Amino acid sequence: MKPNLVYGARDWSSHPPLVFPAYRSTTTRGPKKPLVPIPQTLTELTAPVYGHDAIGPLDSDLTRNAAKNGEPLGERIIVAGRVLDEAGRPVPHTLIEIWQANAAGRYIHRRDQHHAPLDPNFHGAGRCLTDAEGRYRFVTIRPGPYPWQNHDNAWRPSHIHFSLFGHAFCTRLVTQMYFPGDPLLAHDPIFQSVPAFARDRLISRFSLELTEPGWATGYAFDIVLRGPRETPMENR
Amino acid sequence: MPAQTPSQTVGPYFAYALTPEPYGYPGIASNRLVDIGTPGERILLRGRVLDGAGEPVEDALLEIWQADASGRYPTEAPGEARGFRGFGRCGTDAEGRFSFETVKPGRVPGPDGKLQAPHIAVIVTARGLLNHLVTRIYFADEVAANASDPILALVPEDRRATLIARREDHPGGPVYRFDIHLQGEQETVFFDV
Ligand SMILES: [Fe+3]
Repeated sequence: MKPNLVYGARDWSSHPPLVFPAYRSTTTRGPKKPLVPIPQTLTELTAPVYGHDAIGPLDSDLTRNAAKNGEPLGERIIVAGRVLDEAGRPVPHTLIEIWQANAAGRYIHRRDQHHAPLDPNFHGAGRCLTDAEGRYRFVTIRPGPYPWQNHDNAWRPSHIHFSLFGHAFCTRLVTQMYFPGDPLLAHDPIFQSVPAFARDRLISRFSLELTEPGWATGYAFDIVLRGPRETPMENR
Repeated sequence: MPAQTPSQTVGPYFAYALTPEPYGYPGIASNRLVDIGTPGERILLRGRVLDGAGEPVEDALLEIWQADASGRYPTEAPGEARGFRGFGRCGTDAEGRFSFETVKPGRVPGPDGKLQAPHIAVIVTARGLLNHLVTRIYFADEVAANASDPILALVPEDRRATLIARREDHPGGPVYRFDIHLQGEQETVFFDV
């Protein structure tokens, strides 16, 4: 950490509100009192560091990291992109964790009671570190949509959950990646909770360059974290 | 210029990825931050996460980040302090409970170079939280340090108590109690930082 750096603010205009009644659980869980602004101190400007010792060789390949007696069912895909800051600079060597449902729309989580089959060869979780240019790449199976209890006939669009740290506690981001053209996006209050102008930032792009002939289709998804800024003297 | 990727909820099904030990996979962090050799005062941090109706939040994820007992973050003390990762994760149970085994952190510098009171940074995520929340745990037995802490000073006085963990002395060592109220009369102070 360079002591004269701080991070730009969380851009609340791009993020969902804390309470968004169409997503029912927010009404009892989203805080209602205003957040208290505080300056970034060493606590917020540092973050846990994970190196290659934290990552197993198959961790970024979800088609192999839980395979028992074959390959998982479903459409094999490559999800890749870059982690950038708001100035467009790469965020290198940072941890990305993902999790998702299988091709049938079922999580292995104990509380997921959706009547769809588990896949003995698919766990649905992975992790990787970005490289020196902020690049990452996962191989996985396209997740299926799944029903949930939010409202009558509610279905989540296909999505992959992403968790990132960046290089500071204050750049933490938990988000979800969606797929282009999914008709369920228009009906999903979690996706719709994001202000309209910022929603396309959560939708991956089909990419022929990432697609590997005869093997897997590719989806590009870049993630932008809060960026470091020089601190004006008066704020130090 | 690229714009920030919007936040989305962690959802109810993160456990097998972020706290995966019960599923037979190693995680990058657990709720035990210490091992036999970790210097400092051992403490147990316990509490519950509750929603606006006072109901337990059974699917929250807590992440903590703290300095070691001498007041250094692992990233600030390359080498010797590397054994202490300073980062922990715990999912809540059916009663909304969480716990961490750690050491009491030392004091770290604040914005003006003055020392902050000992504290632990906390991130709370859960189904129903579209954005993760950020708060801090302070310690009730640090009365003087708390009184001069530059961050606590920014919190309205009548809400400061929501950030202070109560100390209970048990035969096994001190337990600090810290409940997180996502809403309601006793809503915990969450920061914009
Ligand atoms: Fe999901």
